[in-house]
Amino acid sequence: MSEKFNKIVAANVEKLPEITEFLQECADYSGLDPKKKFGLLLAIEEAFVNVCNYAYPDHKGLIEVSCDKVDDSLVVEISDKGIPFNILLLPDPDISLDIADREIGGLGGYFIRRFTDSVSYRREDEKNILRLVVNCLS
Amino acid sequence: MTIQTKKEATALIVTITGRMDAVTAPEYEKKFSELITAGETFFIVDFEQVDYISSAGLRVLLATAKKVKGVSGKILLANIKGGVKEVFDISGFGTLFPMHDSLASALSASGC
Repeated sequence: MSEKFNKIVAANVEKLPEITEFLQECADYSGLDPKKKFGLLLAIEEAFVNVCNYAYPDHKGLIEVSCDKVDDSLVVEISDKGIPFNILLLPDPDISLDIADREIGGLGGYFIRRFTDSVSYRREDEKNILRLVVNCLS
Repeated sequence: MTIQTKKEATALIVTITGRMDAVTAPEYEKKFSELITAGETFFIVDFEQVDYISSAGLRVLLATAKKVKGVSGKILLANIKGGVKEVFDISGFGTLFPMHDSLASALSASGC
């Protein structure tokens, strides 16, 4: 059985608290443990902020986040109708550099990969759709 | 996120409470800019009550650390734990900053 919830907000970083609250409810409903929940919230913030900053050059547009419990996993999709962009193609940052040489930024895509069990991107119906999966059992 | 400061003999203790995310992180940077302008150079940032940090939070930590370095100052971090510590470890930020398990440890290091 599958129960799907979704939330649509303006592509504005100020809307992050609404997305966070929505996902917290989904995570609690799915019985996600605190560690996995932390990782999911982090991954979604990184994806959300990236869409807010880059998807819509005129900064006008919507972002939809959906949550679906599929078997033992929580599947979260974040989609926008902005310019095609796959954050997963960004290279990992060099995390060994000293403070003086460290670039500010570049960690978003890295965190999305590291804090979820699986993640994929697809372009469908002129939408960017990032699909994040966290296993509720492990 | 709330930010409180307390002056000790060898450092200014900056206590952060709540979330350091894309919405709240700019407050951290603004507060440090004010403190640096006011002449503060040696900081201990207490993370005891920080329960969440994202790359936006790390970004302002790094930007602030560079500013502090620019005035020949220093930032020590204390009480980083749980998910926040995992974010530091995975991003390599754990090795960028001097980290202490307690305020007492950070304060004794600041007196050196």
